[in-house]
Amino acid sequence: MSSTIIRNGRVIDPANGRDEIVDLAIVDGRIAQSADANAEIIDASGLIVAPGLIDMHVHLREPGFSHKETIGSGARAAAAGGFTTIVCMPNTSPPADNPSTIAWIKDCAAETAVVNVLPTGAISKNLEGSELAPIASLGAAGVVAVTDDGRCVQSNELMRRAVEYARMVGLPVLDHCQDYNLVANGLVHEGYWSTLLGLPGWPSAGEEAIVMRNILLAELCDHHIHCQHISAAGSVRLIREARGRGVKISGEVCPHHIALTDEAIQNFDTNYKMNPPLRSQQDVDAILEGIADGTLSILASDHAPHAQFEKEVEFDAAPFGIVGLETELGLFLDLLVHKHGKIDIVRLIEMYTVEPAKLLALDAGTLSVGAAADVTLIDPDLEWTVKIDKFESASRNSPFDGWKLKGRAVRTIVDGKTVWNLNR
Amino acid sequence: MNWTRKDLLGLRELSADEINFILETADAFKQVGTREIKKVPALRGKTLVNFFVEPSTRTRTSFELAAFRLSADVVNISAATSSLTKGETLKDTAKNLEALHADILVLRHSAAGAAQFLAQRLKASVINAGDGAHEHPTQALLDLYTIREKRGKIDNLHVVIIGDILFSRVARSNIFGLTKLGARVTLVGPSTLVPREFEKLGVTVSHKIDNVLPGADVVNLLRIQHERQRKEYFPGTGEYTRLFGLTKERAKMLKPDCLIMHPGPINRGVEIDSEVADGNQSVILDQVTNGLAVRMAVLYLCGGISPA
Repeated sequence: MSSTIIRNGRVIDPANGRDEIVDLAIVDGRIAQSADANAEIIDASGLIVAPGLIDMHVHLREPGFSHKETIGSGARAAAAGGFTTIVCMPNTSPPADNPSTIAWIKDCAAETAVVNVLPTGAISKNLEGSELAPIASLGAAGVVAVTDDGRCVQSNELMRRAVEYARMVGLPVLDHCQDYNLVANGLVHEGYWSTLLGLPGWPSAGEEAIVMRNILLAELCDHHIHCQHISAAGSVRLIREARGRGVKISGEVCPHHIALTDEAIQNFDTNYKMNPPLRSQQDVDAILEGIADGTLSILASDHAPHAQFEKEVEFDAAPFGIVGLETELGLFLDLLVHKHGKIDIVRLIEMYTVEPAKLLALDAGTLSVGAAADVTLIDPDLEWTVKIDKFESASRNSPFDGWKLKGRAVRTIVDGKTVWNLNR
Repeated sequence: MNWTRKDLLGLRELSADEINFILETADAFKQVGTREIKKVPALRGKTLVNFFVEPSTRTRTSFELAAFRLSADVVNISAATSSLTKGETLKDTAKNLEALHADILVLRHSAAGAAQFLAQRLKASVINAGDGAHEHPTQALLDLYTIREKRGKIDNLHVVIIGDILFSRVARSNIFGLTKLGARVTLVGPSTLVPREFEKLGVTVSHKIDNVLPGADVVNLLRIQHERQRKEYFPGTGEYTRLFGLTKERAKMLKPDCLIMHPGPINRGVEIDSEVADGNQSVILDQVTNGLAVRMAVLYLCGGISPA
């Protein structure tokens, strides 16, 4: 019997409405009422004790792209970022559009991952957007949601049938909102900088059109659709209006969409090339307001590792995306809580625990007695500098090297066991 | 002033003084072309590689001749006959050229930022001969040189650029160079190819050529490209010519000392009427001659800087 007491920390457990300085006991990998005298003591004075954080938008690249990341290295990166559960996207090779690939991912995670890895399954076969993937079988194989992320189903008819079908088996639908026709070969936000630099533009309407599509289908099919990585002001406005009417729609924010604007692309550094792209200050402001008023309810990284040789090419040729697991909490603490004061730390933790757990119907995100002892200790005032060469991730494609941030996870505990400790 | 840049990537980052310095240096080189022995030893012993991933005859020949006249050794590489077809990356290809001690790399590429990408990674001087829709600095420099030569100045002239601006590196470099030197710039073309967003660059946008021509001191026509993708932007050369072509009727609206320019190659009967192209206000061929002098100046200045 193993037991631990996390002593003297500020326990913030939004699911149970708790915010108090109190000891937290862990016995045999579960939250307990109390622990005996020979329990291991973890001193959490000055720290926040939160339910293990959940990142519901991560690319682990296995099977098929292990030169970018493996499930093992991605899980270590998650732990180092303070995450105890990650939800991985299906654009692997082969894609996660069949139960065998799901089984492979789960087996690999069981053997190599230090955090909980929850797979998503594809909406369409091969992510091609023309035929339904076996969504019910994927559900039986253990996916927590369906999505075609990095791609987006273009046929509104297919998307409608997919949402109806997913409703039947109780799986939420997540969508990477991109209208391929409006976006064409857009590489960066269509605006001042794309005009100045002669780079093909990705207009905000290309995201807003699909957000609108999803709102209509969520209403038509009476089923939840979650819009991933919202980047445009118009998307925030649409989601706000729809939620106000009770539509089952939600939105997600990645830190780079509030930390940076399209001004960053002017040196053609591919660490600023992502999909959806960095946009203007007005879009950043709208997203901040959307987080503050609850319109956008999920925070995630869209952790997208790529090997150095893949990113170190001319801008056109580089793949989209940056890693994010090890910087997202620090960036959101620094920007949302400290700098802009848009939300307090209780809400931040809620957005990383209660909200994704509710959306995906997960038995996670709480410190209730009996729950799995997934706990994240956070020092909200720790000042630190991002050093990409210290990343646990196999990849280094991040624009945040050298950034000075305030706030960081300092210890990550999964099933009662410490899987990462800043001061190890 | 002292020239300090090993590379020429674009006009956006140059100061007005630097641009004027290049034009003054080009004055000196212009007369080399009129000598019987068209050579100076300025780059003797240096190796110049013309690396044209996007095809070109005019610009490449111009750079090649400029290099020969400066006594450099020249090698030409085009994408189709290079290992880029075997999947070798741009960076690796360039590093290999550097390993052969190439001193100057003249790069034309379809990706915006390609020249900057290589310039940051190579000790060699990188000269941007056109990177996607981003910049074509030597074209804009020779355009500026030609205006200065014919009109004596650039500031306060009204320069009108007509055509497919959105996809044009020539337009962008000209906008940067002209505004820095004090010219007033108006862009004309279909709204799909000349969006209002360009006004944030300090220029005026118009879709009515007949309103703009009478006040122009210089008209610079861009070749209208009519590949597949453009068919979503405008419906064809017939309508384009009707709305924006410099026909002989429209040419009569111009002031008598207004210059007619075109980077080439010209589409006779599309953006410009045949007899206007050959008429006495056209300086299109002077542009070509000046291009050689400007490129000699650029190669001389950048080629003389070793990396810090």
